[in-house]
Parts: sequence; structure tokens; C-alpha cells
Amino acid sequence: MGLKRLRGSIRQAIVFALFVGLLMAAYSAYKGFGQSIDDAQTDWPVVGSILPRTDDLTMPSVLEIIAGVFDAPRGLDEAFGSIVLREAAFTLREAAVGFSAGVIVGLAIAIVLSSSRLLERALVPHVIASQTIPLIAIAPIVVIWGRKNMDFLPWEWHDWMSVSLIATYLTFFPVAINGLRGLHSPSSEALELMDSYAARRGQTLWRLRLPASLPYLFSAFKIAATASVVGAIVGEISAGVTGGLGRRILLEAQRYTTGPERLYVAVLGAAALGIFVFLCISLLEYSLVRRKGTEAIL
Amino acid sequence: MTAESVTSERMPAVEIRGATKVFNPGEANEVLALDNIDLNVGAGDFVTLIGPSGCGKSTLLRLVAALVDSTSGTVLVNGKSADQARLDRDYSMVFQKAGLFDWRDVSRNIELPLELMGWRAADRRRRSKEMLELVKLEDFAHHHPLELSGGMAQRVAIARAMSFEPALLLMDEPFGALDEMTREHMQNELLRIWSETETTVIFVTHSISEAVFLSTKVVVMSPRPGRIAAVIDNDLGTRDDTARDAPQFFANVSAVRKVLRAGESQ
Ligand SMILES: Nc1ncnc2c1ncn2[C@@H]1O[C@H](COP(=O)(O)OP(=O)(O)OP(=O)(O)O)[C@@H](O)[C@H]1O
Ligand SMILES: [Mg+2]
Repeated sequence: MGLKRLRGSIRQAIVFALFVGLLMAAYSAYKGFGQSIDDAQTDWPVVGSILPRTDDLTMPSVLEIIAGVFDAPRGLDEAFGSIVLREAAFTLREAAVGFSAGVIVGLAIAIVLSSSRLLERALVPHVIASQTIPLIAIAPIVVIWGRKNMDFLPWEWHDWMSVSLIATYLTFFPVAINGLRGLHSPSSEALELMDSYAARRGQTLWRLRLPASLPYLFSAFKIAATASVVGAIVGEISAGVTGGLGRRILLEAQRYTTGPERLYVAVLGAAALGIFVFLCISLLEYSLVRRKGTEAIL
Repeated sequence: MTAESVTSERMPAVEIRGATKVFNPGEANEVLALDNIDLNVGAGDFVTLIGPSGCGKSTLLRLVAALVDSTSGTVLVNGKSADQARLDRDYSMVFQKAGLFDWRDVSRNIELPLELMGWRAADRRRRSKEMLELVKLEDFAHHHPLELSGGMAQRVAIARAMSFEPALLLMDEPFGALDEMTREHMQNELLRIWSETETTVIFVTHSISEAVFLSTKVVVMSPRPGRIAAVIDNDLGTRDDTARDAPQFFANVSAVRKVLRAGESQ
């Protein structure tokens, strides 16, 4: 059993490596193609007019990008990769706090709404409407609000907490919606069974509705986890918070001409962070819900 | 023995007086599911309810379980209102689908009602072991519901239902989804458990032979509106596989069939 699983993981790792290699090859191929159109300085028939040209500035080579991970930016003696790692850790904290708060808020909403059809019908449209407000619009408000109005809290409010709040705004939604579906998922027989045992509402929630919701919740958690990273990065960028991957991406975009590969490294770092949190949730799901026969996506 | 305990022994487990159930009253889809039902079930009886689909067997069972309210009439269980009996955990239900929680192993499924009643973990564990012995699944305590056959799952459901030793067992076509061989085996098992535990059983079935083999009393129902067509006392003496071939068995089967036919042709 263990060996089988190990072999499965090795196979998945090989597939993943092949996929990354394929991506790099495709990137390099397009780079070569786009550059040769550019070098020819003529629009190739058909493709030349629809496909964008490239050059070393817009598409640094794969080797340059890899080198960008290990090179230290001018004036510093720290590899850029390690700087990105530090920024990623900063963003991860914002995302993790935002995610956790989002899960709590989302679950609370789901539990309250599932307790009454009337509440559900009245409030679900509002929950959905909340997501139509663009993140870019609320981010600065949240940060300003955080700086001015959070002094009633027993702890000191930092800007990164405002970014977490923005991430929460993205994460509570899938948790609330999927959670609601999950809480409604038990069959009427299962609910009657609990009634026949004279189970209290809380007991039915804890021993039936919530466990039955786990598969629904975990698919929401996976969406929410990646969304929390996106929320944190967008929050950092649009709120002008110092620190984090979003900030780094903005910075490297401003000095793009002197080091395009660094922007690529920062963006890839953001992607890696998203994959990382996704895998963390998958792993948690695997250890918790494995019994149901669900496979972790690894 | 005191006079009081004699009367409580005599007290019927279930007493239904003029029970009527109307679903969706006053609406276009109004259904008179049960019409003026009178029924007594004595303590220790094994009563089967039989009748064509839609005649209100499940509804009658749910009325006893207080999972639906009667529109009029009274339902007493152990001398109290059905709902009080539910709150006192006087009965347990078994459905056609085993309805095991697949995030719990077999043993913890059996412990579910005990958890709800606040039993200590060690006591729950011990009882669940006893129950697994009762249904002969000792080796499957830590198996998963998805790994069980239909018959095994239903045995776990029965173990779960019996775990807190309810006085009354309400079963709604519990063997309906099983093949004939498993079904006969389960019938034998249920009778063994019934005689070992002295539980009162109300058992819904579509099968005439099942009703006759299992019960001390067969209640035949007729549809639209649901009424009791006949109550047939059914004394087979010892119930084992030889009883399935006894002349008395076949005589009672035809008696039940006759009443069912009469109800249909009305
Ligand atoms: N929740 C409900 N709402 C409305 N009508 C119902 C409800 N439950 C049962 N009925 C109706 O009551 C009648 C009796 O249903 P019931 O389920 O008790 O029959 P049954 O004898 O158990 O049938 P079956 O043998 O098919 O299980 C049917 O006409 C059914 O449509
Ligand atoms: Mg039924």
C-alpha cells in the first residue's frame, strides 16, 4: 500500500517535471519565433500580423530567468530568489490570515443561512452581490479605514492586516456558497435518523451536516486558498502597502528595463505561492477526507 | 411482583386511536394518507404492516416515531405522546437504506446514538462491541461502510438501532433492497435478536411471506385512503427454516393474500 502510494507520488512528480519542461520549451520556442519575426522586420504572412513579436526585453530567455533567481540585484549581496522568498513569506502570512478569517466568516454565514430557508432566500443574493464589487475599488478604502479606525482593537493594526481583510473578502464567498450546499447535502433519511434519536440542532450540525459538508468545503478551500493569494497580491498593489510579492512585482515592473528577468521571477514566485497553498489544502484534505475514498490532487 | 409492575407489563407498547394524516391540507395536492387508524401493539409483539405501495405504511410508522404529526387522533408510545417517547429515546428506526455515515467506521456508526445520548467513550466502545457480536460482525469493527455488502450494512444499521436498547424497533422495509438469500438470512437473524432482546417490533414490508414468517400479528392495509383492512394473528410457533415449509405458514400466507386481494378489488 505504502509502496504503491510512493510509486504514485514519484510518477506524479515525473509528470509535473515533464510539464514544466514542456512549458519552458514552448516558451523558448515562441521566443525564438517572435524574435525571428522581429529580426526579419517584415510582417510574415498571416501569423506575423496576429502574433506579437518579442525581443530579449519582453521575453528574457529561460536561462536568464533562472540566472535571475540566483543573481543578486545591483547594490545588494542577497540572491534575488531569496528576496522573493522573503516577500512570498510576507504575502503568505497575509493570505493565511485572510484565508483563515474567510473560512470562519464563510462557515458562519453558511451555518446561519442553512438554519432557515427564509434567511437563505433573503440573504444569498446579497452574498453574491458582494463579489461584484471590484477588489481594486475596495482595497484603498480598507487600508485607509484600517489606518484610522482600528485603534479600538487590543492589538496594533498593521497595513498587512488590511491586506488580509481584502483576502478575506475573496475567500469567504466560496466557503459560504459551497458550505451552504454541503450543509444541505444530507439525505432526508439521514436527517430523520438524527431526529429519531432526538438529536439537538447542534448535534445534527456537528455529527451530520458538517462532516457531510467536508468534500464541498474542501473544494471551496482550494479555490479560497488560491484566491487568498490573489487577494493579498492585488491588495498589496492597489493599497500601496510596503512589502510582499505584490509590492515586489510593482517595483520590478517599474525598473523592468534594467532587469526584465526579475519581474518574471517575482511573477513565477506568485504562481508558486498559489500552487503551494493549493497543495497544502489538498494534503489536509487527503489526511482528513481520505476515508471517503477521495483522492488528493497532488 | 407489585400491582404496578403488572399493569406496566400489560401496557401496550403502541396505542393508536383514530389517527388521521392529511398531507398538504387545503392545497391542490392534498392527500389523505391515513384515515382513522386504530391499532394496538402489545409489548414484545412483532407486528408487520403490509399493503400496496402508497397505502400509508411509512406514514403510519413515522407517526409512531413522531417524525410527522397526526392531523387528528392520538398516538401513544409506552403510554406517552409519540413525541415524548421520541425525546425519551423509547424507540429506534431502521430504514430501507442502511444510511450509515461513511465518514465513520462501522464501530463508530453503531456508537452514534450513544454519543448523542452522552455516553462515555469507554461505555460506547464496550456496547458497540457487544452489538457487533449480536449481529455477528465482530471482525468488521473498523471497516468502512463502503466496504460492506448490502446485508452487512443493514446489520450494522440494526446494531446501531439496538445499541441503546430501545423498547421499540420501527423498521421500514429494512430488507427491501436485499437479495432473497440474504433476506432470509437476515430474517432469521432479526428473529434471533428479537427473541434475545424482547424488543417490540413494527416492521413494514411488501412481502407476504416475510410478513407471515416474521410476525406475531400481520396488519394488512388498503390504499386511498390508507385504512387497516384486517389484523391477522399469526402464530407459527417456532420460527426457523422448517417453519418456512410448514403447512401453517402457507395457510397464513394465503389468508393474508386473500385480504390484500380483497382490498385491491374494492
Ligand atoms: N411528505 C409527504 N408529503 C406529501 N405527501 C406524502 C408525504 N409522504 C407521503 N405522502 C403521501 O402519502 C401516501 C402514503 O405514503 P407512504 O409513503 O406512507 O406509503 P407507503 O405505504 O409507505 O408506500 P411504499 O410501499 O411505496 O413505501 C402517498 O400517497 C404519498 O404520496
Ligand atoms: Mg414506504
